[in-house]
Amino acid sequence: METQTNSRLAELYPMMRRIRTFEERVGELFVRGQSAGSMLHLSIGEEAAAVGVGTAMRDGDTFTTHHRGHGVFLARGADPRLMMAEIAGKETGYCSGKGGSMHIADMKLGHLGANAIVGGGIPSVVGAGLAARHKRSDSVSVAFFGDGATGQGVLYESMNMAALWRLPVLFVCINNQYGMGTRIDNATADPDLYKRAIPFGLKGAAVDGSDVEAVAEIAGEMIGDARAGKPGFLVVDCYRFYGHARMDKSPYRDDAEESEGRLRDPVIKARETLISRGEIDGSSLDEMDQNIAAEMDATIDFAADAREPQLDSIFDDVYDPSTPPPESVRGRLARILGQSQ
Amino acid sequence: MGKTTYRDALRQALSDSMTTDPNVVLIGEEVGRYGGAYGVTKSLIDEFGPERVIDTPISEPSIVGAAVGAAMSGLRPVAELMYVDFIGMTMDQLANQAAKIRYMFGGQIGVPMILRTQGGTGRSAGAQHSQSLEAYVMHTPGLRLAMPATVSDAYHLLRQSLAQPDPVVFIEHKALYATSGELDDQTPVAPWGKAHVPRQGDDLVIVTYSRQLHYAILAADKLAKDGIEATIIDLRTLNPLDIDTIRTHVERCGHAMVVSEGVMTAGVAAELAARISEECFDFLENPVIRIAGEDIPISVSPLLETNSVPTPELIADAARMMRS
Repeated sequence: METQTNSRLAELYPMMRRIRTFEERVGELFVRGQSAGSMLHLSIGEEAAAVGVGTAMRDGDTFTTHHRGHGVFLARGADPRLMMAEIAGKETGYCSGKGGSMHIADMKLGHLGANAIVGGGIPSVVGAGLAARHKRSDSVSVAFFGDGATGQGVLYESMNMAALWRLPVLFVCINNQYGMGTRIDNATADPDLYKRAIPFGLKGAAVDGSDVEAVAEIAGEMIGDARAGKPGFLVVDCYRFYGHARMDKSPYRDDAEESEGRLRDPVIKARETLISRGEIDGSSLDEMDQNIAAEMDATIDFAADAREPQLDSIFDDVYDPSTPPPESVRGRLARILGQSQ
Repeated sequence: MGKTTYRDALRQALSDSMTTDPNVVLIGEEVGRYGGAYGVTKSLIDEFGPERVIDTPISEPSIVGAAVGAAMSGLRPVAELMYVDFIGMTMDQLANQAAKIRYMFGGQIGVPMILRTQGGTGRSAGAQHSQSLEAYVMHTPGLRLAMPATVSDAYHLLRQSLAQPDPVVFIEHKALYATSGELDDQTPVAPWGKAHVPRQGDDLVIVTYSRQLHYAILAADKLAKDGIEATIIDLRTLNPLDIDTIRTHVERCGHAMVVSEGVMTAGVAAELAARISEECFDFLENPVIRIAGEDIPISVSPLLETNSVPTPELIADAARMMRS
């Protein structure tokens, strides 16, 4: 794909498109009966948060994500084929088919894990920050979570600790307006979430999540601050285009709200901006999008064709491989009832 | 090394581990300047500094969660939970994060952290500071569980725990801190995961751990005067569970009792009794008898508190009934 300029936006656009298309293909994987789980939480509409913050991070930085973390992982360099294979529960996937969409992780890319407990991954970055300080490394650890996690006490504990100990940590709240079916204004009396950072002594900021350039700019500043021991809390305001999970048809919100929310589309906005600025023309963008579509189509075939886990791997990795695995029920039966015969 | 206390042996284990491994850090409420609620970490902050002995706000979930993240990032954190009664606060980080990370992530990484805490009765500390909640931990695959009964194990089991590749919950007993005994810091009574048999007799086996070991020994001394010789097994770790040692002695004696301070129903004693019944059925002459905490909260009244959990008298009475 040819681009005529190297502007920041031109660099950010393809990853946003890759995330959008990947998420659309995840749905197709399910339709083809290849997804191992029904627990699929798509981040469509939230691409600017993933790409804006993700590209402001460096190699060696670490992060945790949440239910809706596919985009962040892709933005940090994940191979979409291995992601799709993991979502399909295949041995080839990032976690050997044991994690799936909600527990995907890759230590090589600094992904300390997606989490299916709301807020569950947040305190890990406090620990990663302590380790960075202890080892005198300059890496930053970023916790990504949704607005739903602002109801969890563990967020405030961790914000307090990060501020108290001046840890190289950034908390990123991707505010898509909904914790499952509960809109943020039904979950809190004050939806200006960034203000919650201030009493802890953290820098708090909110940014328009339909504007990837704005997200990248403020994320760059805040990650730089975090690297210097000034942790922060960044709220990226966006809109969750679809339901909470795949089967959710969003009966709790009306069509007018959805239509308006989907106008805040970071991918379309970036595309239109690139064209209006004369940076890339529409046909070049179409070509780029088609190439991405082909790449993401291939992830479905890759996942469908990938190896299933071996059944005897079921007892692996409960404990370190140097120690005996748990005894199976059948193994115990054979041993005990064999003995008494 | 000579005579020392359970408390000082724990401190010595932490100090020796921190000296040997610069990645060992302590994190918890009052572990630094205060020296630990029960004095275990006293003066370690002077020796190792506030960056390795980290006082925290009162935020149990994030203390354990930070230990998880630190362990995944190359440290070997020893988090302290002041009372095991607070484990419910931390259960997400412990059971959903620490315990499952290796498995969920396909074996990419382990979580080599310790959660040190203490439990049990003996200080009139009331229903929220006296429980024995080890069953919560034993019920969670992925967590190791160590419960030292002796001065020697206060040292060696903690050192052994600090060598484990997986998360270890290490539960001390609050009534044992001031107990004293000989410590040979070079020689543990057994390797990690193996039980110790401090007394051997032919008439019955008492399987126990933590403070109830001492009660079992008191009971066995009384029983010996009545001509009943008990074997006592100190499990030391509940995960791994040394079923081989249990089986060897139960098959030899044919009578087995398990003694636990935790409450009876669905507790550690229930699990041990089930295992022994399955594994040793052909050798048993009695049902496996559970002597455990009553199914009630713990009272402040010392009279009620003492009688809420097994006593040496109860253990001895039960043994006599089994052997009569």
